[in-house]
Amino acid sequence: MSNESAPIDLRGDRGFQDLRERIYQVAFLACAVISVLTTVGIVLSLAVPAVGFFQNVSLGEFLLGTQFSPAIRPKVFGVLPLVFGTLLITAGAGAVALPFGLLTATYLAEYAPPGRRAVLKPMLEVLAGVPTVVYGYFALVYVTPLLNAIPGLELGTFNALSASIIMGVMIIPMVSSISEDAMSAVPDSLREASYGLGATKFDVSTGVVIPSAASGIASSFVLALSRAIGETMIVVVAAGQTARFPGDVPGLLTSFFKSTQTMTSAIIQLGLSDLSGGTTAYRALFAIGLTLFVMTLVLNVVSDLLVQHYQEDYD
Amino acid sequence: MARNEDTMADGESNAGTDERLITTDVTAGLDEESTATTDSSRTVIDARNVDFYYDDVQALDDVSLSIPEGEVTAMIGPSGCGKSTFLRCINRMNDLIDIARFEGELRLRGKDVYDDDVDPVALRRRVGMVFQEPNPFPKSIYDNVAYGRRIQGMDENMDEAVEQALRRAALWDEVSDQLDKSGLDLSGGQQQRLCIARAIAVDPEVILMDEPASALDPIATSKIEDLIEELATEYTVVIVTHNMQQAARISDKTAVFLTGGELVEFGDTDRIFQDPDSDRVEDYITGKFG
Ligand SMILES: Nc1ncnc2c1ncn2[C@@H]1O[C@H](COP(=O)(O)OP(=O)(O)OP(=O)(O)O)[C@@H](O)[C@H]1O
Ligand SMILES: [Mg+2]
Repeated sequence: MSNESAPIDLRGDRGFQDLRERIYQVAFLACAVISVLTTVGIVLSLAVPAVGFFQNVSLGEFLLGTQFSPAIRPKVFGVLPLVFGTLLITAGAGAVALPFGLLTATYLAEYAPPGRRAVLKPMLEVLAGVPTVVYGYFALVYVTPLLNAIPGLELGTFNALSASIIMGVMIIPMVSSISEDAMSAVPDSLREASYGLGATKFDVSTGVVIPSAASGIASSFVLALSRAIGETMIVVVAAGQTARFPGDVPGLLTSFFKSTQTMTSAIIQLGLSDLSGGTTAYRALFAIGLTLFVMTLVLNVVSDLLVQHYQEDYD
Repeated sequence: MARNEDTMADGESNAGTDERLITTDVTAGLDEESTATTDSSRTVIDARNVDFYYDDVQALDDVSLSIPEGEVTAMIGPSGCGKSTFLRCINRMNDLIDIARFEGELRLRGKDVYDDDVDPVALRRRVGMVFQEPNPFPKSIYDNVAYGRRIQGMDENMDEAVEQALRRAALWDEVSDQLDKSGLDLSGGQQQRLCIARAIAVDPEVILMDEPASALDPIATSKIEDLIEELATEYTVVIVTHNMQQAARISDKTAVFLTGGELVEFGDTDRIFQDPDSDRVEDYITGKFG
């Protein structure tokens, strides 16, 4: 016979496969679209009332104003004191959570024997599950009096310090848990390479494991800080409702000892004080919400860029 | 920097005391009972009745051998026979494996490296290692080579030291204009040479090489073989290889392991390759087994 045998059949089960692939594709797309739409919806629901607000208060007055007093005439709506309060408390929380979280993660990933890690990690994660209102009262009722017992420290009943410390405690597990995952994912071959060159455990942790896990660690920081920026209950309960700007009290650090208002706690205040909804003060709520949203977004975008830039792959 | 004794893998508990060096007795090796070797060269590493277990799986079975100073000793044998395990016993890398258990005696210049007062960190500064799988750090080429010197506090003349190590590892010409590129962006064979450069940059007195040329082309291989012979004029080199010709070419002594972690024969390379005592070794070398 000739060697012109029939070409082999490589058509497969095209029709069925195509259909299946298409269904998957549509399903995945639908999920993606739903979450994008939700985000767009939220932004719009903030933006529309905010537009109404900016018809009464100019953008410059809002963004550059150093005074926020929505209840007492003359009503002024400068957002800067709220931004300052938010950054103050976030910085305080970060100063607690980032170092403690990173050290905890290093301990768990590099030093703790496996058995102890299995016990400690879930215990730490419980910290993240405590309702924030409980944290708030804990700060108000226990932490503030405790700090006041330190000679020379005079805190108001409501103050930024105890709120930031407790908020820091709350976000430690976010930092430690995500950082620990990133550090545990560093291949053992890199640890061996380092030990093989005569490294101590400390050398290995700081010189190899932490740098190799840098992008995961950075993500944990950003996530934790975003959480702190948006945190509401602890601030409302423990830090009070007094909007302040750095010039209002002498020295930056003394701001920590006083009652402080953040963007989130201002939103609560505005929402509760005026349920009718028509006033400028009520609409200010949405302008502040929008500002908060933009701040968190910028933080996330910037950190994404940083992580991409410094990412060290090891596969 | 909390270093909690009980939190560390066994054997690592001394890792913090960088400064402590192993007390060595340079002459101790001289008087050790003579081994299969006939010449009078000094023994650097002396293993006596070494058994090694991963959990209850035995990986080394009563291994005794003496590795002479300033020579190249090759370890050959079929896959899984325990060559890497033996190599990693010498610098106590196996301490990092929880399930590992060492029995017997292993002396470096007369000092048992498994004694309680031995700091594995100090040991590994004297006994360098090139691992079977290339494992460069996710750092620049320069930082990879400089890493060991930095942690050991050898900070002076870093640029020259890095260049020299890369030259000796036959990698300099390929990377001299891109030293800040990541070590991971190199090819497999380049990574292997980077790991060699990293190990020799710290000037260890014994260098353990686990198949350092497995991913190299013939030219790079011959450069590495030249390096090994050059290293052996100053240092002691122990090399694991699956390449019989390579073992025959570059080594002075050869140890043949066979399945089960048994050291079947150890002696001068020429004799092992020309006239082995054991039929099993002859079969393995000539390719009838393994
Ligand atoms: N980390 C480990 N845990 C458990 N068993 C191991 C481990 N490493 C090696 N082994 C076992 O010990 C034995 C010896 O392994 P080893 O790696 O020393 O062999 P090798 O001679 O180097 O082989 P190859 O030539 O393939 O590299 C093998 O049976 C292996 O399965
Ligand atoms: Mg091996």
